[in-house]
Amino acid sequence: MLEILLDATVRAGTPILFATLGAIINERAGIINLGIEGLMLIGALAGFAATHSSGSLLVGVSAAFVAAFAAGSIHAFITVQLRGNQIVSGLALTMFGIGITALFGKQLVGLTIDGFERVAVPGLSQLPVVGKAIFNQNLLIYLSFFLVAAIWLFFYRTRWGLAVRTLGENPAAADTCGVPVNLYRFLAVTSGSGLVGIGGAYLSLASTPMWIENMSAGRGWIAVALVIFAGWSSPKALLGAYLFGGITAMQLRFQALGTTVSAHILQMLPYFFTIIVLVISTLRLQKGASQQPESLGLPYDREDRK
Amino acid sequence: MPDFLKIEHIRKTFPGVIALDDVSFSVAPGEIHTLLGENGAGKSTLMNVLTGLYHPDSGEIRIDGRRLSFTSPRDSLACGIGMVHQHFMLVPAHSVFENILLALDNLPNLFSRKKYRARIKQLIDEFQLDLDLDSPVWKLSIGAQQWIELIKLLLRDCRLLILDEPTAVLTPQEAERLFKVLRQLKKQGKSIIFISHKMREVMEISDQVTILKKGRSIASLTRGEYDERKLAALMIGADKIPEWQKNLQLSTQISLDIQQLSVRNDRGLSDLEDFSLQLIKGEILGIAGVAGNGQKALAEVLTGLRKASHGRIMANGEDLNNSSARHSYIAGIAHIPEDRKTIGIAPDMSIDDNLIMKSFKNSAFARGIFQDKKSIRRNAQEKIAQFAIKSGPEGTPVRYLSGGNIQKVIIARELSEKPAVLVALYPTRGLDIGSAEYVHKVIADGAAQGMSTILIAEDLDELLKLSDRIAVMFRGRLIGFVDPQNSSREEIGLMMSGETGENDGGEA
Ligand SMILES: Nc1ncnc2c1ncn2[C@@H]1O[C@H](COP(=O)(O)OP(=O)(O)OP(=O)(O)O)[C@@H](O)[C@H]1O
Ligand SMILES: [Mg+2]
Repeated sequence: MLEILLDATVRAGTPILFATLGAIINERAGIINLGIEGLMLIGALAGFAATHSSGSLLVGVSAAFVAAFAAGSIHAFITVQLRGNQIVSGLALTMFGIGITALFGKQLVGLTIDGFERVAVPGLSQLPVVGKAIFNQNLLIYLSFFLVAAIWLFFYRTRWGLAVRTLGENPAAADTCGVPVNLYRFLAVTSGSGLVGIGGAYLSLASTPMWIENMSAGRGWIAVALVIFAGWSSPKALLGAYLFGGITAMQLRFQALGTTVSAHILQMLPYFFTIIVLVISTLRLQKGASQQPESLGLPYDREDRK
Repeated sequence: MPDFLKIEHIRKTFPGVIALDDVSFSVAPGEIHTLLGENGAGKSTLMNVLTGLYHPDSGEIRIDGRRLSFTSPRDSLACGIGMVHQHFMLVPAHSVFENILLALDNLPNLFSRKKYRARIKQLIDEFQLDLDLDSPVWKLSIGAQQWIELIKLLLRDCRLLILDEPTAVLTPQEAERLFKVLRQLKKQGKSIIFISHKMREVMEISDQVTILKKGRSIASLTRGEYDERKLAALMIGADKIPEWQKNLQLSTQISLDIQQLSVRNDRGLSDLEDFSLQLIKGEILGIAGVAGNGQKALAEVLTGLRKASHGRIMANGEDLNNSSARHSYIAGIAHIPEDRKTIGIAPDMSIDDNLIMKSFKNSAFARGIFQDKKSIRRNAQEKIAQFAIKSGPEGTPVRYLSGGNIQKVIIARELSEKPAVLVALYPTRGLDIGSAEYVHKVIADGAAQGMSTILIAEDLDELLKLSDRIAVMFRGRLIGFVDPQNSSREEIGLMMSGETGENDGGEA
């Protein structure tokens, strides 16, 4: 029972994990991205369409990354180059994503593909309790484990990562150290968006190997909130995403057991609990120093005095 | 020797302000070149143009005779130009180590933390600094932050080093250490542009002085061609220095009776220990001490920013630590803080609004429940003229002002309500000599009208000139008083290092 629940937790949490990681990379560079929901949909549709026409999941995942990267570059151009309002631009990106995927997704509704299969890691997958949940999963889940570690190492062990973190805190400091502010911010936004796209592709290539209109169902918004819960750190993003995943898994279990509670109420629970945890964790935060990047949301103009 | 750097006819304007009108000067290799000018003359702006942060409207920058046009600090760094900015370019949330790391010019993308730690540690030890590499920068004193900026610059291999008021927040001893480094760099043939308002330093270190006035370079003088008087006259006009008199008739009334005050910091150590003092009405009480010996904690408890862990602050027979009088006392005390940009002003608000922030309840600035914009504007105009604040067009946010002018806005506001007590930390830090003198005059005039001042300063000349009494602090304790009339800089200096002098019976 616990094994099954853990397994379902990881599976349900992974798309949100990708999206949260992507959002963290955006915000670490100082750019708020409220287009996550739209980017997930774009990734989901592009991934599905490419897999369907090529028959290759690798092509599908790459297409999801590229499409979301391209869509993210609109947000990057508006917020970094033009120093536009990040909130407005992000919301517009979400609207755009919802609209365009509904339009182009019409002819794909009802088609099927062969989605990602489980690949067991020999030996480790036999471990009691966690073996199956961690070491008998599909390749995208293994990729997400790798990314959690890689992103942490990137931010805390490389010069690039240090530069990106400095951009989020005080872009003028980075600028005077010779960091190309706009280029790095642009790349952070686009590559972060690309990861969000993979999160979307997980939905259409692994969770339910088909295209359903609006299939991200608000997960992008949960990711936006989880960034705060995670304190902009990738290992904590994993915790947050699995919290959501865990509650999703449980409510599915309840539904399967056939309770009398309305399915709509049950489906609401993961969102509800995520918000509760978020509120509690930010309350706790307020006492200590905030981990929020200090220049988050602020455009950088070299000739402006701070 | 051919000039290393040549600047010709630089002009830079901002909306409504001509920051630089027409500036030309040149710097030779191995030369320490000082830029001197009033607050708002355009020194920082000029240096920002030189490092590619600002793009000039017109004019030329030549290095080794080649005309260059920088589009970003990255370009100027590539040409070997490095700068310490007047307003720190640090990330408060990052550790000292991380702040310095990013500034290294040859840091590979994947680097060995150990190797660079060792290298940075070595430099810190060389300067005899007490810096914890892992501490976040926001926890550090302003002086320590200044050293981080200096280390960032010195670790780079630069041909031209620009230092924008680096000594404003350093102790005289620290400044001396910095000068030693600068002289070594000079011997290696490096060029240095140095900015300071402290005449003593300018006289000591410069090979060449260029004077900026209202965005124009009006004179470049070689060492030997100038003295302090001449420089001051060129910079502001000697006749403009205000005159003032010390109030010699002290009353006997006590305005604040500080009894055995102790303050502990978050590590449980005492920042202030058993501190007792009686502040007399109309007195200017100087506090001398090497920075970090409890002066800041004293100012913070007196102004209500921190709570005392022990002891009392009495005024009119009430303990201001706990009683209901605390509120009105805190509202009534004037405070010139050390950290101007974070607690002194609201950076995005206009000068007008910043100036009435303390008196927004004052009916003179209100019309019913609305603000009276006209009288607020009138008040601002008065203060701007009085303190010679160089402000941009009406409504400009305060953050656009030059460092010294921000300081003037704070002082003008704090003294506007005729406070009974003024707690001033380094009030003339970063002010040009004319403005500093004006602030002295305002404090002395206030004293004559009964305002008691606690003046915390590093500059002993300033303390000796202004104070009626000087208290010396060491490690959070008051170790004795000196009479400014009959003591020398040396005596006070000795006491500041912990020697208890006269009231030390030998048994201590
Ligand atoms: N980014 C900016 N936007 C608008 N105005 C500016 C900006 N930078 C500087 N100024 C204006 O240019 C003028 C010169 O400022 P600057 O900081 O160069 O003076 P300064 O000589 O360094 O003075 P201080 O001794 O007080 O530091 C000031 O009037 C200031 O308000
Ligand atoms: Mg300046």
